[in-house]
Amino acid sequence: MKKAYSLFLKDFHSEMRTRYAVNALAMFIIVTISIIMFSVGQEKISESLAGGLYWVVIFFSAMSGLSRAFVSEEERGTSLTLQLIASPDTVFSGKFLFNIFLTFLMNTVITILYATVFDAFVIKNFALFLLTFILGNLGLAVSATIIAAIISKAGAKGTLYPVLSFPILLPLILTGVQLTVFSIDGTKIDEALVELGILLSYDVIMLAASYMLFDFIWKD
Amino acid sequence: MTNYSVSAENIRKNFGRRLIFNGINFNYSNPGVYGIAGSNGSGKSTLVKIISGINAPTAGKIIHTYNEKKLTFEHLHNHIGLVSPYLVLYDEFTAYENLNYFAKIRNVPFDKEKIDDLLNRFLLLKRKDDFVKGYSSGMKQRLKFIFALQHSPNLLILDEPVSNLDNEGKDTVYKIIENESKNTIVMVASNEENDLSLCSEIIYLENYKTTK
Repeated sequence: MKKAYSLFLKDFHSEMRTRYAVNALAMFIIVTISIIMFSVGQEKISESLAGGLYWVVIFFSAMSGLSRAFVSEEERGTSLTLQLIASPDTVFSGKFLFNIFLTFLMNTVITILYATVFDAFVIKNFALFLLTFILGNLGLAVSATIIAAIISKAGAKGTLYPVLSFPILLPLILTGVQLTVFSIDGTKIDEALVELGILLSYDVIMLAASYMLFDFIWKD
Repeated sequence: MTNYSVSAENIRKNFGRRLIFNGINFNYSNPGVYGIAGSNGSGKSTLVKIISGINAPTAGKIIHTYNEKKLTFEHLHNHIGLVSPYLVLYDEFTAYENLNYFAKIRNVPFDKEKIDDLLNRFLLLKRKDDFVKGYSSGMKQRLKFIFALQHSPNLLILDEPVSNLDNEGKDTVYKIIENESKNTIVMVASNEENDLSLCSEIIYLENYKTTK
């Protein structure tokens, strides 16, 4: 874990210097929220639509920046250096930690901006929203990391990332939308246990599958 | 004798239908300099990557042992030092930052005295706090040697070790090879006669181009 944390620190320091992912994420968050804001205009949107659009912003913003963890290494040719200094487990854990950081940062900004812009996005059950936020972010981070590792070896990285991510993230997004709507309309946690269970299972399955598969993906 | 050994058993590599080499066998357990020679495109770098565990062979296997225990490829990274033209260090960091992160990620101590000595030998001590993106190709090549040596590897693999280096840099590299080969297995992949003259055994890849 210490090695993975060092790799995370390396990526964090590198990100602070290059702004590879943060700039892309910031631009996409602003652009997608602005487009939704202009499309909606003066219309009053329903709670379920507010929850759905919230996840649209999250999905497209994630697609713009979260692939950077591996793509930047591949594009700069430093993947080989990483292979020489760390085991595949360390590499995956380090990149996963970095994507957790980016995902939480991105979604915190999205939530604040979204709540400021859209009146319909008022959270009535904050505890449920917090659980959804944490489990959703973890699922998004682990899926984004393993998909980034797969597409970093491919040619058309930019196109492939959202195309490959969509079916893998679909269960997470659908459950996330449902739980966000529950949080907005004030549904109690007891009544949302099935959805929370699905989200937790998704995270565990993706994490286990990613650790098992990463060795094969990472090595040519 | 060293407590490290590397051996190859019937290594074959194909890229699609194209055979790169076949039937490579060796067993190096004594400190010394061992060469890999061949013309451009003969597969020197491919063999280097296979020995380093970066690429897998199409057939056969590479066995690394340390203290008579077989090492899995997941645990090779602290035993191997590699210098090669396709190795890229982080441009956005200084030389010192690069080496510090490599030590931390490898979970080995950052031996400041040793690093400063290596930086001094490769004439980079005064530039240690400069960003690598400002380095010339020769300086980057020197930094790769420090990267390969900082964790005192048991197996040092040098692919085209003197490329981009001036005469002073080449002399330093030859001294390093001579010094390291007293206790370490050093493998050199090159076409340069000067490099190959240091080797006690040489694998000529042109001799491994048949399927028989």
